[in-house]
Amino acid sequence: MQNVKHIFGIFADYLGQYFKTRLAYRADFLGELVSNLVSELINLVFIIVVFTHVPLMKDWTRDEIIFIYGFFLVPYALFSMFFGFWDFNERYIIRGEMDRILTRPIHNLAQVCLESIAPDRIFGIITGLIIMGYAAFQLDLSFHWYDPLIFIVLVVSGALIYGGVYTAIAAVSFFSDSRTGIAPMIYNIQQYGRYPVDVYNKAIRIVLTYILPFAFVGVYPAAYFLRKEVWYTYAAFTPLVAVVFFGLGLFVWNWGVRKYRGAGS
Amino acid sequence: MHRLYMELIRMRFLTMLAYRVNYYSGIIIYAINIGAYYFLWGAIYGDQQQLGGLSVEQMTSYVAIAWMSRAFYFNNIDMEIAQDVREGKVAIEMIRPYNYLSVKTAQAFGEGIFRFLFFAGPGIFLISLIIPFHFPATATDWGLYLLSLLFAFLINTQINLLTGLFTFFLFRNDGMMRAKRVVVDLMSGLVLPISFFPGWAQTVMGFLPFQAVNYYPSLIFTGAITHGRAWELIGFQAIWMVVILVPILVLWRMARNRLVVQGG
Repeated sequence: MQNVKHIFGIFADYLGQYFKTRLAYRADFLGELVSNLVSELINLVFIIVVFTHVPLMKDWTRDEIIFIYGFFLVPYALFSMFFGFWDFNERYIIRGEMDRILTRPIHNLAQVCLESIAPDRIFGIITGLIIMGYAAFQLDLSFHWYDPLIFIVLVVSGALIYGGVYTAIAAVSFFSDSRTGIAPMIYNIQQYGRYPVDVYNKAIRIVLTYILPFAFVGVYPAAYFLRKEVWYTYAAFTPLVAVVFFGLGLFVWNWGVRKYRGAGS
Repeated sequence: MHRLYMELIRMRFLTMLAYRVNYYSGIIIYAINIGAYYFLWGAIYGDQQQLGGLSVEQMTSYVAIAWMSRAFYFNNIDMEIAQDVREGKVAIEMIRPYNYLSVKTAQAFGEGIFRFLFFAGPGIFLISLIIPFHFPATATDWGLYLLSLLFAFLINTQINLLTGLFTFFLFRNDGMMRAKRVVVDLMSGLVLPISFFPGWAQTVMGFLPFQAVNYYPSLIFTGAITHGRAWELIGFQAIWMVVILVPILVLWRMARNRLVVQGG
């Protein structure tokens, strides 16, 4: 426990340092914020344009889909803030940086996360909340007093699901010493979580629920707030799925580190 | 000089061939994306016969061919340029007896040919087994598509060079490159055919080069337009190619004068 507290303390220190370095390039910092916003809004454009042609997408209305997308942005932003090692394979394995990581006093995964932390992604949370707020207003949703707490639990769970899957996939680099190109794969798969799973066929639905459980990041938890009772059971399982998948990711990572021999020069 | 670039194209092609895992993961990515949009469009159409002038069959083959075209024109040379600048490697590149931007273009071309032969080719064959699919009927149709696709590659590469060159001025522009990627995917008609957009948006996009990256070649492939119109679209692509060249040359000139090497 002492160890975990220590890691959180270091995260806080790194965040402080990070903001200092980021603000050194002020123009770029601002540019990055705007760019992130553009990427997030563009998916919204897709939804809005499609719904100018059709009234419903498999029983889901436009505003419900927008709500799910807004919800999805929040855990996704949290995930991309702390698990920013998109170039893990290249940066740590091929160039041999991993050897340095292993000499550091804190857990090696925490160290890798720290070095690639991207706190400016936190603004994705704000965008997500605004989009959700808009949709909730349009849909006239009502909330209980405990809903914000449930929201936090579901969001953290969603981020951990992404984190677990991503950690496991990054750990593949320990076993193969060549380029793996897995980062773009995840980047592409994550978009499945944004839309209601019942639009996909059964095989994809099973994959998104049990194998790469990205449905637990978007649709399932969002369905709770949309009061879609059919999905309540799934929404309730979100924290459990998070624990299992993050544990699995950590396990594969630790296993990979033991196997790691060093490939860089 | 000509042989140098041929060699660069060949080298990149062989590099791509060497990293096999990358190749397999690429196939999976394209399968994921085409699959995602295939089902998404299925759900969107529901019982409707036609949307935005396309039937559900035409839409699915449009999605497939749009992604296959992307396999050829897509590259990450903006990220490569950014990395070269950040690490200071670009200083070495600049004193070498070749044009850095042409080298990057040649490498991107090698990558494109690789993906076209090993990814788009087999991919489109597999897809045609599963979903109803119309290939161009005549050799002329094929020729027009391939010509248009070549221009699509050039324009997209130019857009990448442009965003890559911004690294010289901003030092870090990952956000911009990320945003560019989604903007190009959306505005080029990859995720949504241009005919789906509301009228005013179509007018705005008519003044932007992005349609030339995907919508034009994909439209030619589907055979929905006449030969005359196809030549017209290719003409537009040629004009865009020349137009985008101007800011690239200007930025490149400025970049060389104010290069600050940070790493190395």
